[in-house]
Amino acid sequence: MKTVRAFLVGVALIGLGLLLVGLRVNPYAYFAGYVVLQYVIIATAWNVLGGYAGYVNFGTPAFFALGAYTAIFLIEAFGAPLPVLILAGGLVAGLLGLGIGYLTLRLKGVFFSIATFALSVVLQTLIINWDYVGGAKGYTLIRPPAPFFGSWAILLFMVMVGLAVVTVLVARSVERSWIGRGLAALRDNEEAAECMGVPTLRLKLFATTLSGFFLGVAGAPFPYYVTYVEPSSAFDLNYAVNALAMPMIGGTTTWIGPVIGAVLLGTAQQVATVTISSELNLLIVGVVLVLFVVLAPEGIVGLVRRLRHR
Amino acid sequence: MFSWDLLANAIVAGILLGGFYAAVSLGVSLTFGLLDVVNIAHPAFVILGAYVAYMMNSSFGLDPILTGVLFTPLFYAVGAGVYRIYYSSFERRGEESLRGLVFFFGLLFIIEVALSLKYGVDYRMVEAAYIGKSIDLGGVGIAFRLLVPCVVGLAMTLALYLFLSRTFYGRAVMGVSQDQVALRLMGANPVRIKTIAFGIGIAAASLSGALLITISPVVPSTDRDYIGRVFAITVLGGLGSIGGTLVASIILGVAESLMATLFGPSWSLAVSFGILLLALAVRPAGLFGR
Repeated sequence: MKTVRAFLVGVALIGLGLLLVGLRVNPYAYFAGYVVLQYVIIATAWNVLGGYAGYVNFGTPAFFALGAYTAIFLIEAFGAPLPVLILAGGLVAGLLGLGIGYLTLRLKGVFFSIATFALSVVLQTLIINWDYVGGAKGYTLIRPPAPFFGSWAILLFMVMVGLAVVTVLVARSVERSWIGRGLAALRDNEEAAECMGVPTLRLKLFATTLSGFFLGVAGAPFPYYVTYVEPSSAFDLNYAVNALAMPMIGGTTTWIGPVIGAVLLGTAQQVATVTISSELNLLIVGVVLVLFVVLAPEGIVGLVRRLRHR
Repeated sequence: MFSWDLLANAIVAGILLGGFYAAVSLGVSLTFGLLDVVNIAHPAFVILGAYVAYMMNSSFGLDPILTGVLFTPLFYAVGAGVYRIYYSSFERRGEESLRGLVFFFGLLFIIEVALSLKYGVDYRMVEAAYIGKSIDLGGVGIAFRLLVPCVVGLAMTLALYLFLSRTFYGRAVMGVSQDQVALRLMGANPVRIKTIAFGIGIAAASLSGALLITISPVVPSTDRDYIGRVFAITVLGGLGSIGGTLVASIILGVAESLMATLFGPSWSLAVSFGILLLALAVRPAGLFGR
């Protein structure tokens, strides 16, 4: 029953998105909304691995950019349409996720995090030296006229609404299934979980692949959104920091945590970019992240819970 | 196309670079290798040291390396303060691994963004009499801007080695990672020892920042390149081994220099991260692991 209800809420949210499209508010709202929703996907996807399984991934930009560059490659080679790009971007990034899943066999905790960061830099170096997808110069996409809604900003916003709803629903069902419980067990104590018969390797592979898949999905529409992609924008360190900060602020153990964090922090950043400056808003992200980690390690969800139990 | 001169020059430059890399990595060997504190913000403190050197050089014409030495007490205090926050927020609660990592990652980000707010994203450099000069040894040129940092880096390595092996506090630092109870019985407070060691680590970072800006111009985001380098060196050298750090630094310096000469500079960054991934996958204990 609960799953049905969650599904209905998801459908209602997509309907709400359509309503927003129908209202034709200030076009900037769609533009900014896209970014916030993109962060909902990124934070939720990161949290599948980082929050549920406890493996902190610093390499978010690698997966995001892999989604974006898979899309660029397919546009350049076959002129593939957007749905194909999203699926392919997700699959390729998911494969990379599977790869880092096998890395967890040897690398635990801190070493895993450093290795994922290293992965991101190695991948960026490869892309910089690969001229077919633009190399260091970057890639400029000339968009055809938007097939629906009459504008790309609105179309992409709607695409992101749909993707975000799907991502969150999947993360929620993973969390509530035996997989989620298994991941929580291995997060708390991997050896103990293994001894109790939890198939830790298979679960970790599942988590890294799924996390990678959705990070790639978030990146695939990126070329259409910005129309000009260069390695430094696709591999931006901001993605790594935001992917960490948003679930940490919201709360990492439940699906709603990353959503709350992404909406709050994402919106705050969009407002700050317009009203103050984009550099300063990054500073805010960093400071908020450190404050939350030090003062409220359980995030907003944890704070609310503590207030309720009082 | 290929010439022995070019190769010899690349190797000599690599060895000199290695001496400097050792200086950058010493602090991480100390904090990560011996204290098990994953100070991923270390490179950010290196860049902070570089900007202090730049500031003193451009306003007062002070020598960058002299500035680096003069500012070590300040950075020692900063490092000690950071460790105190880290200790009371994470280590005491037994939550150091993941949240502590995120804490340092946030710190790195804050320092980087604050520097780019203050100084912008233009390349900054320093001026000193020896920068730009070089001596020629039979076809192999040795640039002073590389030689001086290498010598200072070697001196730092030696000093840290002597500190750890000859002094009471140094031995206490070596002991704190192995047996805290035994250390308490010796009359030393583990937290205080760790605070001292962490302060030294950050002070070494700031001094190596002064060396960095002597070698090449710096932007706030340079720290990202050094995350891979310092951790590659620390892991390859075997966590906490000072001699291993020096050997790994020279290996990395030569490998990068050769890569830059043979394939172009845009590939040289991949070397350090490649070595890091390889070392982590094949032998996480490093060359001189405990």
